[in-house]
Amino acid sequence: MSMRDTILNEMRAIATLHGKRLPELTDGLPLSESGLDSLCFALLVARLEDILDRDPLSETPNARFPSTVGEFVALYEEAVA
Amino acid sequence: MPELQYLIRWIREGCGRDRVIATRDRVLPLDKLEGWTALGPDLEKLRGRSVVLSVQDMASAAAALIELDGVARRVVLCPAAWDPWRLESAAITAEAESLVYDGADAPTIRVSHAAACQFPLRPLASPRIAEFETEWVLPTSGTTGPPKLVLHTLSTLTGAIADAPAQRWATFYDIRRYGGLQIFLRALMGCGSLVVGSPGEEIGSMLARFGSAGITHISGTPTHWRKVLMSGQGHRIDPDYVRLSGEIADGPILSALRAFYPRARIEHAYASTEAGVVFAVGDEMPGFPARWIESVGNVVELKIVDDTLRVRSNRCARRFLGQDAPSLSDENGFVDTGDVVERRGDRCYFMGRRGGVISFGGLKIHPEEVETVLNSIELVSASRVFARRSPVTGALIYADVVLRDGCAPDADTELKILSACRARLAPHSAPAAVRFVDDLPMTAGGKIARHG
Repeated sequence: MSMRDTILNEMRAIATLHGKRLPELTDGLPLSESGLDSLCFALLVARLEDILDRDPLSETPNARFPSTVGEFVALYEEAVA
Repeated sequence: MPELQYLIRWIREGCGRDRVIATRDRVLPLDKLEGWTALGPDLEKLRGRSVVLSVQDMASAAAALIELDGVARRVVLCPAAWDPWRLESAAITAEAESLVYDGADAPTIRVSHAAACQFPLRPLASPRIAEFETEWVLPTSGTTGPPKLVLHTLSTLTGAIADAPAQRWATFYDIRRYGGLQIFLRALMGCGSLVVGSPGEEIGSMLARFGSAGITHISGTPTHWRKVLMSGQGHRIDPDYVRLSGEIADGPILSALRAFYPRARIEHAYASTEAGVVFAVGDEMPGFPARWIESVGNVVELKIVDDTLRVRSNRCARRFLGQDAPSLSDENGFVDTGDVVERRGDRCYFMGRRGGVISFGGLKIHPEEVETVLNSIELVSASRVFARRSPVTGALIYADVVLRDGCAPDADTELKILSACRARLAPHSAPAAVRFVDDLPMTAGGKIARHG
């Protein structure tokens, strides 16, 4: 499974668990409009750390928090590259 | 001054009743201890000494405690798992110059005298003479930092034990820790017997032995009891009395035990190594009556300061040992238990440990409070709540959950559990995620392991 698919699957799973509705997840979609709140993002980062054994937000000094779905996926793609 | 009591008195008084202290591997016949010894001629060399007791077998520990009470000046009850470094550190703090051990080799610590505690018992050369008010030293079960050494006497340890004859006790505890020591002393003073576990023994094996021994009274932590109910072997025992202590007894475990042992009297006791036995609650409801707080004239006095329970009684430990040891109680003799209590109407409830609070966005969460809600959910048999570090929110509340038999560990079950928590807890307290586990880590003291 690609990194993108892994991340989008986790986003959908978290949305279901926490009763959130997701719009279509395109690269340009701002995370603030994704329907997920900060708790869901915290959970997304934790679940991805369990799957990938990587947490780029903590690992990268001064990491800029991604603002779109595409940037979020790119951050993880770079981390495992 | 009341006359000093020694453990050997209850050996003599209970003579002729075939009393035993039994582990899986060894049986200590109590009647025999009047004229026989596990310590041999070394017993007299320990007279007036400060002794580190480091034995593997609990029947050995029981024999040594009975023999040393009134003979040694001080006995330090060390857990079986302690390495030589910890033993030596405790020996220095307790100014111990002697060691009692079992097995083939003595632990390599610097003491002037080491005595082996050996089975079978050997005939005693001369009648026992008990003369000292022996100081009993217990390490705290604190989960952080090196344990503090707490000084008790037989009088502080037995302050809560009423006359209760010929009970056949069992416990999941180690008798060298405060909770287990209470049960050991109850069995001795009531001229009863005691069956205990052995290191590494499965709960099902313990229950089978307890059942064969016909035990009438049994004690353990709520974590132990959840394991009993999950083991499928709970029917092996048919107790008159079930006691819970060491952790918060929540409503779900009390009602589950009531349903499983319809004949038994069920009590949850509140005690700590420092504060001693504070009370036992017999109405099968969580918490305790609020009128117990600041009631004048009680044997045990309680007050709540800064949300934590403070206790003063003659069952409290005397002091901590060690040069730089902090004071055990405040200037008025009250011990700060560190247990957070909340009053709701005419009842007080334990919320958790002051040091165990999870900070989440400036709000405080007691893991135990969340676990109580989790444990009340039909699908859940046991749970452990903890904080996971998060670069997004600082912390995330996670719950490790042991499911009941037949429940699938899938997303649907997780959704049901999370939804039930969200319906009953403040938004910041509800777990963000559930991990399904087969078992929860337990400390040597039988409590849920919250660190590591």
